[in-house]
Amino acid sequence: MLRLEPRADASRLMRYLSPLIAVALMLIGGLALFAALGKDPLEGFRVYFLNPLRDLYGLSELLLKATPLMLIAMGLSVGFRANVWNIGAEGQFIMGGVAASAIALYFIESDSGWVLTGMVLAGALGGMAWAAIPAFLRTLFNTNEILTSLMLVYIAQLAVSWLVHGPMIDPDGFGFPQSKMFEDSALLPELLGGTRLNAAFPMALTALGLGYVFLQRSFMGFQMRVAGESEPAARYAGFAARRMIWVGFLAGGALAGIAGMAEVAGPMGQLTTHLSNNYGFAAIIVAFIARLNPVGIFFASLLMALLYLGGEQAQQYLGLPSSISNVFQGLLLLCLLGADVLINYRLRWKPAEAG
Amino acid sequence: MDGNIITSILFATVVAGTPLIIVALGELVVEKSGVLNLGAEGMMSVGAIAAFAVTLHSGNLWLGVGAGMLAGVAMALLFAFVALTLLGNQVATGLALSILGVGLAAFIGKPYESEVLQAVPPIRIPFLADIPVIGEALWNQQSLVYFSWILFWAVLWFLFRSRAGLVLRAVGESPSSAHAIGYPVIRIRYLATLFGGAMAGLGGAFLSVFYTPLWVEGMVAGRGWIAVALVVFATWRPLRVLLGAYLFGGVMVSQLFIQGSGLDINMPSQFLSSLPYWATIIVLVMISRNRNLVRLNAPVSLGQPFKPES
Amino acid sequence: MKTRIQRFITAGLLATLAGFSGAAAAAEPASIGFIYVSPIGDAGWTYQHDQGRQEMEKNLAGKVKTHYVENVAEGADAERVIREMAERGDKAIFATSFGYMNYMLKVSKKYPKTAFLHATGYKMGKNMGIYNARFYQGRYVAGVIAGEMSKSNKLGYVAAFPIPEVLQGINAFIKGARSVNPEATLSVIWVNSWYDPGKEREAALTLISQGADVVTHHTDSTAVVQAAEEKGVYAIGYHSDMSKYGPNAHLTAVTHHWGDYYTKVVEQVLAGTWKPESFWGGYKEGMIRLAPLNPVIPEALQKRVAQMEADLKAGTLKPFAGPVVTQDGKTLVKAGEVMSDHDLEKMNYYLEGVTSKLPKK
Repeated sequence: MLRLEPRADASRLMRYLSPLIAVALMLIGGLALFAALGKDPLEGFRVYFLNPLRDLYGLSELLLKATPLMLIAMGLSVGFRANVWNIGAEGQFIMGGVAASAIALYFIESDSGWVLTGMVLAGALGGMAWAAIPAFLRTLFNTNEILTSLMLVYIAQLAVSWLVHGPMIDPDGFGFPQSKMFEDSALLPELLGGTRLNAAFPMALTALGLGYVFLQRSFMGFQMRVAGESEPAARYAGFAARRMIWVGFLAGGALAGIAGMAEVAGPMGQLTTHLSNNYGFAAIIVAFIARLNPVGIFFASLLMALLYLGGEQAQQYLGLPSSISNVFQGLLLLCLLGADVLINYRLRWKPAEAG
Repeated sequence: MDGNIITSILFATVVAGTPLIIVALGELVVEKSGVLNLGAEGMMSVGAIAAFAVTLHSGNLWLGVGAGMLAGVAMALLFAFVALTLLGNQVATGLALSILGVGLAAFIGKPYESEVLQAVPPIRIPFLADIPVIGEALWNQQSLVYFSWILFWAVLWFLFRSRAGLVLRAVGESPSSAHAIGYPVIRIRYLATLFGGAMAGLGGAFLSVFYTPLWVEGMVAGRGWIAVALVVFATWRPLRVLLGAYLFGGVMVSQLFIQGSGLDINMPSQFLSSLPYWATIIVLVMISRNRNLVRLNAPVSLGQPFKPES
Repeated sequence: MKTRIQRFITAGLLATLAGFSGAAAAAEPASIGFIYVSPIGDAGWTYQHDQGRQEMEKNLAGKVKTHYVENVAEGADAERVIREMAERGDKAIFATSFGYMNYMLKVSKKYPKTAFLHATGYKMGKNMGIYNARFYQGRYVAGVIAGEMSKSNKLGYVAAFPIPEVLQGINAFIKGARSVNPEATLSVIWVNSWYDPGKEREAALTLISQGADVVTHHTDSTAVVQAAEEKGVYAIGYHSDMSKYGPNAHLTAVTHHWGDYYTKVVEQVLAGTWKPESFWGGYKEGMIRLAPLNPVIPEALQKRVAQMEADLKAGTLKPFAGPVVTQDGKTLVKAGEVMSDHDLEKMNYYLEGVTSKLPKK
């Protein structure tokens, strides 16, 4: 029978191979799912994974969709390194979008270039403020940050609903729950004519670069890595746990907030209740698949974005519910967590022993 | 306020609290064995749709409830395989289970979004239901409400009076010494996790078959997470789970009564809707402020992987 | 296996070819797209639109071929779905929820040859028209029925969001009820969701426990009618005939009918005579109707209802004819005058008879 046998050293090869194994397992699971639903698996594969990429517009949409995932996953990775579990990026994303919208609406008359800069800052601050609540409760009262950050997602969703029905409603919008449309000065410039790909994409790439430097090259990044691998070791070395919690949450909140800003100042062009799009949760999966590594985040975000676009295609051409995206995403993460066992263990075939 | 309204508030509170009790008591047993399964939301979702679909097709309520529990067990098995056998990170595995479960339920449930079940009539307990005010609220309820009270006593007895419960707690406190004495740690944790899955599935079944009774995407609406929070809130004690669940149930229903009463509350309705979530945070803070309370009651090995060196 | 791969390749080729041949094939039936905000189900807002789509396809058999995408969220992703429909060569595209407005407007500018139609919005374009129905007309008649059938004089209303369209319905309902029963009062509970059966049910049960014996709703599920059936009180459905969900409770329902309108518009598009317009139809245009009345409604009342429906069709009955008095006793429209469409579209208050307070903003 098959047995798990510990390896003497963690396998570096497997560290990089296991995400690929997970993707392969997910694909097999997906094809089986198509077959089980009575769809031709190859046709399903074509529609789901190839159709979204058939032209330049499709590619630009893929990058557009991947941008917020890159930003959020990068921020989350900082905290996850040190076992700081910020599960509420979705709420921080919303609050970043809200804060940026407030700037856009307040300076709606202005055509200054500073409006956008202000929105990026406001987005980051809004996300950080929302992330500061669980960080504060964790450091001061030792309150479980997983649960508080998650509860704050539900609260953020209700808050944005209140804002667009009340204080931030478009007075000429016939009472519909939405803000005014932003002026051009509050919209991110487009990168490719005729597509929606905008300046948020290079911002995300910059964030990945900075994240790489912070995590791999800075002392603080080193401390967080050590703390994540062994809490006693970190305590022995005198690393301040509180500071790591704060750094983890604020980094996550800032980047999630900027992603929220990019959504309202990008494809939406206004604030509505539909800002919340589960990017915050999908980015958790991205961070894990990417091994909290910035280069990995880039590719994992593209993969997750493809899963979203594929779900839409499946909805339009195969008549499948778009929630199929979530099935693929959850499956991918589970496969990865399972495949990770191969890093520290190897599979051995052993004849079954009696007894 | 007249007695009728008090009765209906109480009644609605008990109904809203029941799925939380069932799921949280299941999760409590899981955590007592040292396993942290954050996938309750996903297991509830899958349980809800499975129970709904089977009840609809078979016309038999209890077949449906059984299917809901089985679906929860199947999800828990997935968790146990990844987190206990393959030693995946328990926090991440639980999250994956939640995302997968919510998505899977939405996916499977698509064709059922327009279907409707017959409402299940409550079971009236003679004499007890005649007590003024509280009788109708407590003793003219769904069978699963009574079950949640039985479950409470059963879990209490199991954990603190039975030998098997003692072993389970020992595994949660110190898996390596339990293993050294010769207890099958992994097997015990598997069983606890599957029990938690069954209860989460049952909680989901309560929502879709007894409570709404409809299926709609996202109908679990964070109740799985609140149940997980309740276990921390209750500092791993069954009685506090019971009280906490009714507290949250009361907060959930009171906002509707406030709105319907025509009181000038001078508050956005979204704020009222967010009260259960605020309540969760505040209560968590109050409990965790006292570090000793948590440290004394939390299972020592909670969330840590265990691999017996054989 | 071989055949599968062959099919795979041919499918790819066909898809490419279809892209090129879109313009050439004029004799083929024209493709018409629909975008729905929720699953079709078998009752509710989207269900009625889909009924309209099928009716139109039947009326124009051979000339059109329709397709739809359901459950499209109203966020930024909607733009991609609308664009994809235009890209595949749909002659007309109907988007049936408010949240698609700005995305549709954006796409419409890039596809000037396609006709875009948006339900319930207010922005038009060179090739984008808007349409809606006067739901409040049916609400008024429903209110008359509720006012007559109630014994407790307490009515209940489960509502989604406090936007003008919903407030028109609430106010028309209480105005109708008080036109026959000056004692009638109305409690409103907001559930902050178009579709949340659990909450809708809780809200209905709350209203019933507080004494309401006729309840209605402006949400998308059948939960309110079901709750009323269980508790043995009356209910008035919305969007669709919901009698099968509460045979005893269901007095009637205010139902929507889009088929005639869709047929008319698509015919115009095919003939090349279509021009974008803002269309707000009602009883007269056949867009609003009451579902068959429950036999428990006394015959005399049934006759009066029939008469009122005829008057609405003829345009002689105006639900918001003066005097229109708000909850705080302010007279908005004097006797003998009628509220303008402009004021209707901005409604943000309760009329007298509503005991709840509008949620603060």
